[in-house]
Amino acid sequence: MGFLHGIAASNGIAIAKAYKLVEPDFTFEKKTIDVPAEEVARFQSALQTAKSELEKIRDHAGTALGADKAAIFDAHLLVLSDPELISPIEDKINNEKVNAEQALKETADMFISMFESMDNEYMKERAADIRDVTKRVLAHLLGIQIPNPSMIAEEVVIVAEDLTPSDTAQLNRQFVKGFTTNIGGRTSHSAIMARSMEIPAVVGTKSATEEINNGDLVVVDGLKGEVHFNPTPELLEAYKKTQEDFEKQKAEWAKLVNEKSVTADGHHVELAANIGTPKDLKGVVENGGEGIGLYRTEFLYMDRDQLPTEEEQYTAYKAVLEGMEGKPVVVRTLDIGGDKELPYLNLPKEMNPFLGFRAIRLCLEEQDIFRTQLRALLRASVHGNLKVMFPMIATLNEFREAKAMLEEEKSKLVNEGIQVADHIELGIMVEIPSTAVLADQFAKEVDFFSIGTNDLIQYTMAADRMNQQVSYLYQPYNPSILRLVNMVIDAAHKEGKWAGMCGEMAGDETAIPILLGLGLDEFSMSASSILKARSLIRNLSKADMEQLASDVLNMSTTEEVVEAVNRSVSL
Amino acid sequence: MVQKQFKVVAETGIHARPATMLVQAASKFDSEIHLEYKEKKVNLKSIMGVMSLGIGQGADISIIAEGSDEQDALNTLEETLKKEGLAE
Repeated sequence: MGFLHGIAASNGIAIAKAYKLVEPDFTFEKKTIDVPAEEVARFQSALQTAKSELEKIRDHAGTALGADKAAIFDAHLLVLSDPELISPIEDKINNEKVNAEQALKETADMFISMFESMDNEYMKERAADIRDVTKRVLAHLLGIQIPNPSMIAEEVVIVAEDLTPSDTAQLNRQFVKGFTTNIGGRTSHSAIMARSMEIPAVVGTKSATEEINNGDLVVVDGLKGEVHFNPTPELLEAYKKTQEDFEKQKAEWAKLVNEKSVTADGHHVELAANIGTPKDLKGVVENGGEGIGLYRTEFLYMDRDQLPTEEEQYTAYKAVLEGMEGKPVVVRTLDIGGDKELPYLNLPKEMNPFLGFRAIRLCLEEQDIFRTQLRALLRASVHGNLKVMFPMIATLNEFREAKAMLEEEKSKLVNEGIQVADHIELGIMVEIPSTAVLADQFAKEVDFFSIGTNDLIQYTMAADRMNQQVSYLYQPYNPSILRLVNMVIDAAHKEGKWAGMCGEMAGDETAIPILLGLGLDEFSMSASSILKARSLIRNLSKADMEQLASDVLNMSTTEEVVEAVNRSVSL
Repeated sequence: MVQKQFKVVAETGIHARPATMLVQAASKFDSEIHLEYKEKKVNLKSIMGVMSLGIGQGADISIIAEGSDEQDALNTLEETLKKEGLAE
């Protein structure tokens, strides 16, 4: 038995066998062989096995994930049939009498370095494809198993160093009961994915992949941020009980699906959901979301090799707007850069991507990309209650420029005879301190604010949220952050506008009482957090929370704030 | 030997998916089939060869086929290029 401590990234308890998503050991020795013909046959057999394995993965991906994802494996299969790859390997075995492993590695390395040296990000990525497929053949030559997450067919807990978007895309929600990773924090990609998949997760355990073996029984405690492996029968029983209790609690919350989010003294707020794709709508409806507070459109652009067309985007936006049946849908325009890269745009590497050429900065420069998205949004606007939000706004001029482009595209569409909604609310994400400080001026021109706390905290504290060593500075309850939030909400209300929040903080049970007191109008969070938040809000009094909020704004540390919340709210 | 020139019109050039389709189509024929771009000639049955050319929008390319089914091969490839809106 063993125990690891990490960060609770997605709540709930998962109990299942460990499935390690880690790189196996591919080391081998160069050997001289006596009978080349036999070695070539051994190579051919490994190649065939790798191909049929890839075919299986492709077919599975086709049904489970869609034709788009499956196409990647088609390209991989072609690499394994490539005469320019296969012949040199066989020649090497025959002429140099080296073992197949060595011949494969030398040949593959030559292609990998050729692609890597190309002056094009997209081509550099292809080197990874070649590495990936040749590794599969090497694994079969060496008789080792490489993990195929898309082929999992029993209940498991995934144990990995970290999970990338393409890893998570391959996971089957039916069998993956939870996961735990060595690195990451509450706002890392893997954590956000776990919450949208509604599976328990603990990230940042530092050593899960070293301590846990394949097949170990693992308990992921996403409530406390603990991972237990091979637990004692007593502990296992206790966890089964906790799991049951949590399910019961969830069932209690589920009764609030059609209830309003109203405080004990009758104040109504809107509880909305953050989504990444139209597929997430199901979770929003099941959890009683009153709107979409953040639709992250960048997922339309990721995990592919070219920009999405206007038509593709229109289809996705329309699906979300129609799915929400007239409830508000806040769509954030492309927020790429920082930790989210698009290899096919060939953007130069930056020293400080979070402070660099990203989001609206990129969109105002790369107008073709931005205008295509705006047109798709405008066309979709007739299908529901669309609000458009620009990310990473630092100055009023940026907002004015973005707005002008939207107006231009709108007139063009109208001239083409295409219908566009009469009034579309235009807002901004408030995630840069300059914008929070100048919110009173912004409020005169925008229709709404949505506070993006993950970035607002990182920029205010000057602490990279991907860097674990400074993660203690991620302090949502620090009075400095609360004062900025207060300024934004006040500024909005003075101009008769509304203010929402779409960062992690909006769904946090310690933050909600304060935000309610500060007068936040809309709380947008992972769909799975909505019912819990509603249950909490229904037990709070707005008047009491106003008192709490005015108290905490005058405190000096995070600790004092947390203590004050705990005193006034019995969580 | 048969040969034909094309101009690439696809915005993304001949990258991943288009390259996959061309190679898949070429591999069905017995003839030797080559793709030429900027004086570089690669085997059109080799995905890595085709991708290594880094063919972008506006590129002039030619396809050269030689063998028993050369005309068939060239016709099929021309059809693939046009049907997928890759080149004309």
